[in-house]
Amino acid sequence: MNPEPDKLDQVLARAAAPEPVDPELLERISGALLPGLRPVRPIPPVEAMAAGLWLLAAAVATAAAAILGMHGLAKLSGVQALLILAAIALLGGLAASQSVTAMIPGRGRWVNPIALVLGASLALMGIFAVLFGGYSLHAFVPQGVPCLTAGLSVALPAGAGAWLILRRGFAVDPAAAGLAAGTLAGLAGVTMLELHCPNLRAIHVLVWHVAVIPLSAVAAASLARKAA
Amino acid sequence: MHPDADLEQLMARYQQGDSAAALALIERLSPPLHRFFLVQAVSRRDAGDLLQETWLRIHLVRHTYRPGEPLLPWLYAIARHIRVDHYRKTRRREMREQQVEVLPEPAAAARGGTQGPDLEALLGALPESQREVITMLKVSGMSLEEVARATSSSVGSVKQKAHRAYQKLRQVLRLAADESGA
Repeated sequence: MNPEPDKLDQVLARAAAPEPVDPELLERISGALLPGLRPVRPIPPVEAMAAGLWLLAAAVATAAAAILGMHGLAKLSGVQALLILAAIALLGGLAASQSVTAMIPGRGRWVNPIALVLGASLALMGIFAVLFGGYSLHAFVPQGVPCLTAGLSVALPAGAGAWLILRRGFAVDPAAAGLAAGTLAGLAGVTMLELHCPNLRAIHVLVWHVAVIPLSAVAAASLARKAA
Repeated sequence: MHPDADLEQLMARYQQGDSAAALALIERLSPPLHRFFLVQAVSRRDAGDLLQETWLRIHLVRHTYRPGEPLLPWLYAIARHIRVDHYRKTRRREMREQQVEVLPEPAAAARGGTQGPDLEALLGALPESQREVITMLKVSGMSLEEVARATSSSVGSVKQKAHRAYQKLRQVLRLAADESGA
């Protein structure tokens, strides 16, 4: 015979009837909230906000690539361009949804934000490794640093734009929200690099292009934590 | 009809600026929220402060609630954020003051004597994450899915925490029964 489960249920059932709260405290709370109570417009649906974020990131990346020149796109084959841009679009959609979800309390989350950053980076690395060849380290750093800088320079306005859309929400976990938004901004940076950079050596693309994603995500997470 | 549908309607009216709906929400949701803070090993005074802070935050971000969505996960995600923030601040203060860890020991659960342990003492035996899950499930009457949404975790993880919490609580109750029988 095991009496514990019954006793446990009894104790927990007692807890289901919460004690009344001090009426003075409730009065203080209502006194602070109710005077001048005004209507508010609920935040738009997650899908609409995510679509807005995705379009913003795509617009920033395309505009930057158009300004700098679409030299990368000209060198890519049709299949390469299609695969790369489709993968980035898909990952961008995921990051945008995750960013919006993180700004609405109680929405849960589809993916762990760290898994999102790592997953996006590794997925793109996998695709680049399959599509491109060339692992020579000739001029690896001199050619790579400008790409990294340019990618991050595009991630910055994309991230700032994302913040403008997302600031209407409230992040219960600012670091997670920052990681998701930073991943999206990083993907905007990578998109620009794929459209602009004519260097298709695998080692270059794998390291310097993809590095924009984790760097942007970590920077955004740090900023979000500091701002919270 | 969903049991919390009227809460959701009240919330929608609160968003539209209806004071009566806001007052009704405060009166209905404050007791379980207060209990939520109390079982997280904070003092009664701190629980009152946290409750007040939570309502102020709810008021500021009330536009982030989407009408038609379940209200409790939204509400408890905010309450949880306030509680975690408070916990971090307290920890930082304690570290500065070089005090020892003040998390309740499992033995605290045996304080109830022959009448049995009270809820705060009993749940004091659990790690914070399990305590939180049990409070949401049992005090606030949330479903596993709602708890998962409020805590940004999966239903499987919530189930696992609840299962482990039950095991631990049964063990604590058995110990308390053995002690009072000895």
